[in-house]
Amino acid sequence: MTTIPDTAPAVVPNFDTDAGAGRKLAIICSKGSLDMAYPGLILANAALGEGVEVHMFFTFWGFDMINKKTMGDLKFTMLGNTATHMPQGLGGLPGMTGMATSRLKKSIADLDVPEVPEFLEQIVASGGHLWACRMSADMNKLTEADLYDDVEGIISATDFIELTDGAQLLFI
Amino acid sequence: MPVTTLAGHQIHVDAEGFLTDPAEWDEDLARVLAEQIGLTLTDEHMAAVRFLRADFATQGETATLRRISTVGGIPIKQLFALFPQKPAKKIAYVAGLPKPHGCV
Repeated sequence: MTTIPDTAPAVVPNFDTDAGAGRKLAIICSKGSLDMAYPGLILANAALGEGVEVHMFFTFWGFDMINKKTMGDLKFTMLGNTATHMPQGLGGLPGMTGMATSRLKKSIADLDVPEVPEFLEQIVASGGHLWACRMSADMNKLTEADLYDDVEGIISATDFIELTDGAQLLFI
Repeated sequence: MPVTTLAGHQIHVDAEGFLTDPAEWDEDLARVLAEQIGLTLTDEHMAAVRFLRADFATQGETATLRRISTVGGIPIKQLFALFPQKPAKKIAYVAGLPKPHGCV
């Protein structure tokens, strides 16, 4: 005769804890290089997957992430980036930025992580909100027509602060 | 590792309640697991669950939402509608699989 182990009452994951209810995340994207675009996108996506309300604000160089003309063509340069562990002089040679960019794009694609426009599409489909900075739009003489279609609006810094009342904030 | 009984199914689970042995799962159990987290499974829910099971069998890891949408063909929006708030974890739980570990 086999012995049946003692069974505990059902253990159920607590997916909808009150503690997490109403959690909000504000992410300010201020950089327009390929390597600095991803941290914000990845964290926004992760937070949405955890049921967190997410608002992204694109400002200064971060505007390139939502500008239709540049969003699919962000670059990565070795210049000034000691984390590449390569002699800095190399980064200044002709064609190096192009090469570094295509290398990085390939390693990102190999992990099945989408390019910037498709990543934004996934974030919006997951319920994320995209906002463009008023001052950056004015400086570059851009209107909503120049921006990724799912950007909800061009708003001032004050509007964004109001909108993200009580949110946790990331500046990238 | 706790052993627990759900509607007559004796299963091994981790501290959070996720099954630790995918072989102990069947579609009847999926319905019971879903009820535990307040979901009533429809065919649409089951399509996501079945994709996750099939993908796990070949890949050895739980698919992320992105993979369910790009490889499994179920739009992200629909996954959020079917399994609100934390779709990736909820589908994995109902499918008797570990939580996904991928970042995207």
